[in-house]
Amino acid sequence: MDLTRKLEILADAAKYDASCASSGAARKDSRDGKGLGSTGGMGICHSYTPDGRCVSLLKVLLTNACLYDCHYCINRRSSNVQRARFTPEEVVQLTLDFYKRNYIEGLFLSSGIVRSADHTMEQVIEVARQLREVHHFRGYIHLKTIPEASQALIDKAGRYADRISINIELPSQQSLDRLAPEKNLTNTKQAMHGIRQRIDESLEAKQAARQIVNRPRAKAPAFATGQSTQMIVGADDSSDALVLHRADELYREVRLRRVYYSGFSPIPEPSVLLPIKPPPLVREHRLYQADWLLRFYGFDVGELLPKEDPNLDLDLDPKLAWALRNRAVFPVDINRASQELLWRIPGLGTVNVARILAARRWSRLTLADLQRMRVNLKKVMPFILAADHRPRLALLESTNLRQHFLPGPRQLELNFNAPPPTTPADAAMALSGQI
Amino acid sequence: MTHTAQIQPTFEVWRSKARELLRQGVTPENVDWVDASQTASLLAEEPANYQTAPNASVKVPADFLRLAQNVCAHTDERRFAILYRLLHRLTLGGEKHLLGMPSDRDMHQCNAWAKAVSRDIHKMHAFVRFRLVGVNEPNGREQFVAWFEPEYRITRLAAPFFEKRFASMDWSILTPDECVSWDGEKLTFMPGMSRHDAPAADAHDDLWRTYYRSIFNPARLKVQAMQSEMPMKYWKNLPEAEIIHDLIASSETRVRTMIATPERPVKPSPDNAYLRKLHAQQHAD
Ligand code: SF4
Repeated sequence: MDLTRKLEILADAAKYDASCASSGAARKDSRDGKGLGSTGGMGICHSYTPDGRCVSLLKVLLTNACLYDCHYCINRRSSNVQRARFTPEEVVQLTLDFYKRNYIEGLFLSSGIVRSADHTMEQVIEVARQLREVHHFRGYIHLKTIPEASQALIDKAGRYADRISINIELPSQQSLDRLAPEKNLTNTKQAMHGIRQRIDESLEAKQAARQIVNRPRAKAPAFATGQSTQMIVGADDSSDALVLHRADELYREVRLRRVYYSGFSPIPEPSVLLPIKPPPLVREHRLYQADWLLRFYGFDVGELLPKEDPNLDLDLDPKLAWALRNRAVFPVDINRASQELLWRIPGLGTVNVARILAARRWSRLTLADLQRMRVNLKKVMPFILAADHRPRLALLESTNLRQHFLPGPRQLELNFNAPPPTTPADAAMALSGQI
Repeated sequence: MTHTAQIQPTFEVWRSKARELLRQGVTPENVDWVDASQTASLLAEEPANYQTAPNASVKVPADFLRLAQNVCAHTDERRFAILYRLLHRLTLGGEKHLLGMPSDRDMHQCNAWAKAVSRDIHKMHAFVRFRLVGVNEPNGREQFVAWFEPEYRITRLAAPFFEKRFASMDWSILTPDECVSWDGEKLTFMPGMSRHDAPAADAHDDLWRTYYRSIFNPARLKVQAMQSEMPMKYWKNLPEAEIIHDLIASSETRVRTMIATPERPVKPSPDNAYLRKLHAQQHAD
């Protein structure tokens, strides 16, 4: 099989993994003239595909042959997809060739499970080893690990990679039993704890080293600087509350950098166990927004998803939905309120809140000031007091307030050929999860 | 008295001119800033004096210099004047807190310009595509050339990124305003060139398009999301952009086919030692 065909199969096999981030790596570069590449700072999306996704890494599988039978996955053993396998050298060469042309900023390597977890891990690690040790590659490397692989191998993977990840896939063991019978939640969490420990140790070691030497340059980090995971949404009947509680638990316990939510999408080799219809894309978007609120806005899951309502409102962003349920909190005075309270105003992001806090030290802010900060006035006005503004209380109390914010009539079930019109701001949000 | 400040449109030149005017206490309304590269006359041109030691009496925060660097790279003809007004207010005008006031008109304008410029820099880092043109025989270094059309005059601001990332190759980036090349030792800046001076393609572009085609998921078409991050003005220099239309056009049929495909039955577990162990473990739990 020629290289082009292999690339076709093994990139196609990898595309259902949503994560493609390349940020948060330790700073390294190649100014010593020996190696290739650099990392550090904000990740770069070198391209975008028409599905709106960022292309920053060469994302491929080493092989798409797999012993497991995860029903949402095109590579499961029950699928009749054509199988292919890269040699480690082929992946190494592709990565270097793509990198030098500035198509990508690194490699995201994963693999179907062949023979055993350890055997598979060894193959994946070999690619990273060659890149780092033979070619002195200093670009970004993200390795997907298998929870059942031995700790020694996971340690080794972490020494070469900037990021490692294990997919949790589904939020409960019940769902795993049905759709991914070889996967085990306890094993996965254990492996994540192991990785967290290594990340912490390496962080401490680096801090200690910083006190002695000032700036170690262009040195690969002793261990990956972060781990992330992915959860598939809409393949089982888990509620958003279940999904977000699991994510929240992982953020706290193993300090994940990111949880990716991947709306289940139809695959060319459908399984009998799966719904034919994918969930609306907007559900994934709402989950990202809620996730953002948990991590950066001081919300907790219970506030966003009260017991009686375990799924996010698809029509309204989760902060707005929360505000509508908690109207007694408003109106909030933007010239006096604390940062925490400002964060809770629908339509205000952390960046604008910081601007408000800075600017109000010198003058009392008016609506015109907000407008200059590009705040969406229509959205914030019912909820705030400004120097020249006080909302009509009747509106805040009215049962029509929800109506006021609903998007115009549109089809909610997104269909493939005509996605609903989204504003560019919406689209950007969908990508970054930012509100 | 009105001063005419006719300058080459770079941050360094603006800075030394502004410093001089400030030292003389010239107020913003009395300066006419003229972009020398946009006017036929080269008369008033004075050599840029990059080395002038900063006047100890005029101190500005580092944040201002960072802002000014980006603003100068913008192409709006008002930029030098507004930037000077900001500088004047910040120093002689005594408005020390100006930088912390994003709602101030001048700040707001300068921030908007700086933001547009930094976005352009970011896109340049992302969308430059190098083409292999040969190997430097004596030292074996590969040589690459790229053609790029940034919106603003950002070659100098964008170059250090490429130096760090591609220090071990020889490369040049050609743009209409200014070109830069790296030989392993230093960055060299040259006047702008034309797209015909750069190679049109690279042997790896096909493989890259194969990747781009395969990583795209036709079941999640979001064309607007793509375009807001990768505006069409960049497409003409991206090898993968050629196939975007085909990918969009064929996606509907591809999804229909997926949905119409009969479901695959579940295959029994193969005889594999590792799987047997795994299953035994699961049942024990
Ligand atoms: S382990 Fe499961 S998800 Fe991973 S490749 Fe195999 S079948 Fe797919």
